[in-house]
Amino acid sequence: MKPSLQRGDRIVLEREHFQNLLDALNKKGYQIIGPTLGEGSIIYGKLSCVSDLPIGWTDEQEGGMYHLKKRGDNALFGYTVGPHSWKNFLFPSVQQLLQAKREGKGFQVNRKREEIPKFAFLGARSCDIYAITIQDKVFIKGKFVDPHYASRRGDTFIVAVNCGKAGGTCFCVSMGTGPRADLGFDIAMTEVLKSDRHYFLVELGTERGAEIFQEIPYKNASEEERATANTVVENTAKHMGRYMNTDHIKDLLYRNYEHPRWNDVAERCLACANCTMVCPTCFCTTVEDTGDVPGGHAERWRKLDSCFNLDHSYIHGGSTRYSIRSRYRQWMIHKIATWIDQFGTTGCVGCGRCITWCPVAIDITEEARAIRKSEQAAE
Amino acid sequence: MINNIPEPMTPNVFRINKKYKETHDTFTIELEPTQGTDEFFFSPGQFNMLYVFGVGEAPISISGDPKNPKTLKHTIRVVGTVTKAMYRLKRGEVLGVRGPFGSHWPSENAVGKDVIIIAGGIGLAPLRPVVYQLISQREKYRKVVLLYGARTPEDILYTYDLEQWQRRFDIEIKITVDAAAENWRGDVGVVTTLIRKISFDPSHMIGMICGPEIMMRFTVAELQNCGVGKENIFLSMERNMRCGIGFCGHCQFGPVFVCKEGPVFNYECIENFFGTREI
Ligand SMILES: Cc1cc2nc3c(=O)[nH]c(=O)nc-3n(C[C@H](O)[C@H](O)[C@H](O)COP(=O)(O)OP(=O)(O)OC[C@H]3O[C@@H](n4cnc5c(N)ncnc54)[C@H](O)[C@@H]3O)c2cc1C
Ligand code: SF4
Ligand code: SF4
Ligand code: FES
Repeated sequence: MKPSLQRGDRIVLEREHFQNLLDALNKKGYQIIGPTLGEGSIIYGKLSCVSDLPIGWTDEQEGGMYHLKKRGDNALFGYTVGPHSWKNFLFPSVQQLLQAKREGKGFQVNRKREEIPKFAFLGARSCDIYAITIQDKVFIKGKFVDPHYASRRGDTFIVAVNCGKAGGTCFCVSMGTGPRADLGFDIAMTEVLKSDRHYFLVELGTERGAEIFQEIPYKNASEEERATANTVVENTAKHMGRYMNTDHIKDLLYRNYEHPRWNDVAERCLACANCTMVCPTCFCTTVEDTGDVPGGHAERWRKLDSCFNLDHSYIHGGSTRYSIRSRYRQWMIHKIATWIDQFGTTGCVGCGRCITWCPVAIDITEEARAIRKSEQAAE
Repeated sequence: MINNIPEPMTPNVFRINKKYKETHDTFTIELEPTQGTDEFFFSPGQFNMLYVFGVGEAPISISGDPKNPKTLKHTIRVVGTVTKAMYRLKRGEVLGVRGPFGSHWPSENAVGKDVIIIAGGIGLAPLRPVVYQLISQREKYRKVVLLYGARTPEDILYTYDLEQWQRRFDIEIKITVDAAAENWRGDVGVVTTLIRKISFDPSHMIGMICGPEIMMRFTVAELQNCGVGKENIFLSMERNMRCGIGFCGHCQFGPVFVCKEGPVFNYECIENFFGTREI
């Protein structure tokens, strides 16, 4: 019998025992979702075996650019974030909300009851865990609770991975959201690759995180192993691909609703909505009611939407945000300014996805910098 | 798993007990729930999401008397798909209702003060409940004035109520139209011109405004010209709404959600961005 583990403990999991972690999660009834190769990138999908992970692969990211590449080692988590985020699972882009059936002169509404698996998110990066806590504020921490999000979020088990490499478009350090996971996880791991050894330094974040290790071989972490893992993450923090000065950023943008830079970015922006689709915090949806009215059947669907769509602001007589200038401005000011008034936190976690997946490489950090610089120049 | 959490997107089924035309393009329906309690409580200024089976949903203000919770009234102008489908519904047919949602007119702040209500077009619908409320406790307020602008005399809503109110000596009603034939005896011109024709105490008043955004902009400016402080001006905003409960993001107006913090806002709270174009 091993001494019982506790929240806060730090232990070491050897690479050869990594499969045991997956098995233990499976045994507890979790559906494991994690990074895997697909669609020419690293996406999130169901995992059952370590070999489902993109072993030995990495990604290269820049504005408007994403490439997969071999690393030259057998790292399990040697890349950053891809086009998917956990919102694909917690907040699917298309969801049925209701079905209704005509009955006499009236109608009867049936709630859609789904069988929702208990998720374990394996390999969640710190920025993305922050993104989940931000969406929690939208869907479960307000006056109304969204039962669809709440039931998926339920008791999601989170296995965080502290980043061992910064992506070319990452700026979590600027946003205070990474690269080390500091909240919201059940266990957090740092992958350490040495010429003669491959292991994970594991921090236990919750009781149930500790429980999972009851059936997994581990040993207590030595001072040296901890220090090595720390160095890995510190090194990542030093190599962020992007930087954003967030000092009084809300006031900066509130002062600059009429800045000429919005015209400039509007010339480049295609209003394709890619940025809002890949963003792990964007939550806008449209609600569509459909019906086979003579047949007496109706449905209500919720679909991911974007403030880049003209319809998003449509009211009788025309759209409020008619120009692309005003739609880009809505997006960016929402992400890093109005969100703070609405939810007490920024809506940007610095994951860099919107920069990488923008077909014309528009960069939120660059746009913010341009506005700040012009003010400084004017002083 | 957590399937027992209430689904806030599920409408409750209400039956149409009465339906009548107000003008050529606007009608009122009176609704009664088909299940549960037969009372619907709300505060003046709040709205419901009304759903037509298989067609869609639209935010519509509650236009009835808050003291009469057994009759839920909505006044609807036919402009597009959903409102047209609502117009086609007959007495005895049903509608889905979610609500009441949003903030309300600040009658509590108006006690002991002059109350100036300024409505443009369908904007009178969300203000009618507050007029009922003020009249029912008339002694609590000083002057009560309603200024109302419609496009033409044929577009004037609630003529039966207006006539009744006009007969009272404790409430002043002024109506103007943008354009009228010769037989119109009343004022012609935008509603803001009426502000100069009434007297009130700018330092002890509450202004409540609802109408097209451009009308509200000019009205706020005119009230401020008369010396009214921004903290005493309230207005009801309109934005696209898909949910009414803070999930869909569509009703964002700068930093606020019209469905949650609004639709009724204190002007002081939105002053900084109210005039921003395309916000
Ligand atoms: C808080 C609030 C209170 C309102 N109160 C009333 C009222 O008491 N009486 C009344 O007649 N109208 C009211 N409206 C306006 C009413 O919601 C729209 O006229 C209605 O949504 C138009 O829908 P439609 O399908 O007929 O029009 P379409 O032009 O076919 O609209 C298509 C879609 O766009 C959206 N949309 C269009 N116009 C508006 C709009 N003005 N506001 C929000 N979304 C819109 C709707 O989602 C609609 O389904 C109110 C709006 C808000 C926001
Ligand atoms: S705005 Fe861009 S960088 Fe920020 S969280 Fe969204 S996708 Fe990531
Ligand atoms: S940035 Fe746009 S799409 Fe994203 S949450 Fe804000 S309004 Fe919605
Ligand atoms: S109407 Fe959906 S967030 Fe306000």
